[in-house]
Amino acid sequence: MSSKNSRKLSYSLAINEALHQMMEFDSSVFLIGQGVKSPWYVGNTCNGLIEKYSEKRVIDTPISENAITGAAVGAALSGMRSIAVHPRIDFMMYALDPIINQAANWSYMFGGKVSVPVVIWGIINRGGEQGAQHSQALQALFSHIPGLKVVMPSTPYDAKGLMISAIKDDNPVVYIDDRWLYKIEEMVPEKIYSVPIGKGVIRKRGNDVTIAGISYMASEAVKAANELEKHNISSEVIDMRTVKPLDIDLVLQSIKKTGRLIVTEAAWLTGSVSASIVAEVQNRGFKYLKAPIERICLPDCPAPTSGPLEKEYYINSNDIILKVKKLLYKN
Amino acid sequence: MQSKIILKKLYRKMLQIRLCEESFIIPILNKEIRCPIHLYVGEEAISAGIGAVLNNKDVMFSNHRSHGHYLSKGGELKELIAEIYGKETGCSRGRGGSMHLIYPKTGFLGSAPIVSGTISLAVGSALSFKIRNKKNVAVSFFGDGATGEGVLFESMNFASLKKLPLIFVCENNLYATHLQILETHAKDNIWEMAKPFGIPSFRIDGNNVLEVFEKAQKAVKYCKSGKGPVFIECITYRLMGHVGPDDNIQGNHTDIRPKKEIEAWKKRDPILKFEKYLLKNNVLNKKEIEDVKNKIQKKIEEYHNISIKEEYPLTKNLEKYVFKK
Repeated sequence: MSSKNSRKLSYSLAINEALHQMMEFDSSVFLIGQGVKSPWYVGNTCNGLIEKYSEKRVIDTPISENAITGAAVGAALSGMRSIAVHPRIDFMMYALDPIINQAANWSYMFGGKVSVPVVIWGIINRGGEQGAQHSQALQALFSHIPGLKVVMPSTPYDAKGLMISAIKDDNPVVYIDDRWLYKIEEMVPEKIYSVPIGKGVIRKRGNDVTIAGISYMASEAVKAANELEKHNISSEVIDMRTVKPLDIDLVLQSIKKTGRLIVTEAAWLTGSVSASIVAEVQNRGFKYLKAPIERICLPDCPAPTSGPLEKEYYINSNDIILKVKKLLYKN
Repeated sequence: MQSKIILKKLYRKMLQIRLCEESFIIPILNKEIRCPIHLYVGEEAISAGIGAVLNNKDVMFSNHRSHGHYLSKGGELKELIAEIYGKETGCSRGRGGSMHLIYPKTGFLGSAPIVSGTISLAVGSALSFKIRNKKNVAVSFFGDGATGEGVLFESMNFASLKKLPLIFVCENNLYATHLQILETHAKDNIWEMAKPFGIPSFRIDGNNVLEVFEKAQKAVKYCKSGKGPVFIECITYRLMGHVGPDDNIQGNHTDIRPKKEIEAWKKRDPILKFEKYLLKNNVLNKKEIEDVKNKIQKKIEEYHNISIKEEYPLTKNLEKYVFKK
């Protein structure tokens, strides 16, 4: 991308820019959810929206996730492009009916006569001893549902581009971001652009091992790969970017070369998106594999509050480094 | 007038809650406490008044702003403080923190921050009393924000239908985090929400501990006589911010509440109000009030000092308690 029309932008302000530009570009776009006027809830992702587009199109709401999400789905069925924000994905559990039973099924069960252009934006907000109900990463739940697309950007460029794609998509898209990423900065184009839903991207090229990361762990994988390079280990890093549908082809291309795969996701191990990746890759790419596929996920345990337990619980680039070394030395 | 024993008990409980809450402020600012804390300062009369009419077989469920509820239901102060420091000796063994407290021994069956999340659980407790013919009552604490959730209405209907011994206690502190009540409610009429379900409902001054106590006594009697649930809306004000020691005054980074409004409510501080009453009626004199304060303060300081030195949970036990073994 030419730097002439780009500038450094943080992840959260990249989302903000996508919202501004899409609301400007398309008058049917509106945003509804708890805390859109409060940085407590949404960081700076919603800065300036009410001032520019009024409280008619940027609606802070009562604590009524079920009804508000249903209303976003209903508005989407009535000509709007809705964005329903859930500043903590834990609270989004109140809205599972309009998301899973309604929005996801609407197109299919009415034979494609209608579609639901709604973005369900759920924010992962964890760490800081917040505990079990303020920590969860629940992408696997939504990736299980036919009729939903699920995106999880890890960079500012993708945060903006995937938000734009999600808004432009005629189907329900669950957009999941992680507040641990909000301060990351990189060059982001000023214009409106799309990042394709369903396509991963190679963040770093390498030959010894492939590390496929999701969201926060994709950014940790890049850190790990840079560190491993100092030890003459060449890792290829894939950022999945979309967790439904998964870009399995990209992973297969990579393991053709490396023969080894580690999948990492800061979510619970069992029934995770990473489990789906492993299943598909072993099925279609068994012949390329020199070693069993490894996963680095959270233990099947709710988030603890106590400092030392919390430190033990979460994963980061160090866990990847250790796993890569183990995998390579073993083989 | 209530007996001196009761009056002193109410006062001690309110003070214990207030001084406990205030004791967290410096450790939070010093980052010795990292766990997010929703302070209950200014709302003590409600917990103290309700808790005083319950016995250990009665149960209580609570929300994110739960320290007062926990203490009023007989939760041990020491275990609360240790929990907030993330210690194995905490009431939730360092797994829950400030927002997930429990003390089953005395009927405090848990607090959880998902808004309205524990209301239906309290319905279930009340249902269990009914099924087993027990003359006990369940109390559900929630805030004004929670009245936006559908599950409250489902719970009120079912509890009334089955005539369950349940007291719905709405602590209306006028703000759902950053939104003033009239930004989230078409009308300022929370207490009336229970009416269509045939539930006796009341709006009372939540900063008047005697009013809370007397209404709670009647509510318990009504519930235990098998007539069904009661709904009490307590008007109050949190003297500190939504979370942490910040006060959410307009003009600072959590720009929400007018300074004048906060000042006006400080004059209605439930503890100061009650102290005046106690002095006027010769229940306690100034010296005795000071003594009570010092005694509680000393305990709290002692418990902080002990808790700081206690052990964290062992990391090898991270996954312990996911299931009962």
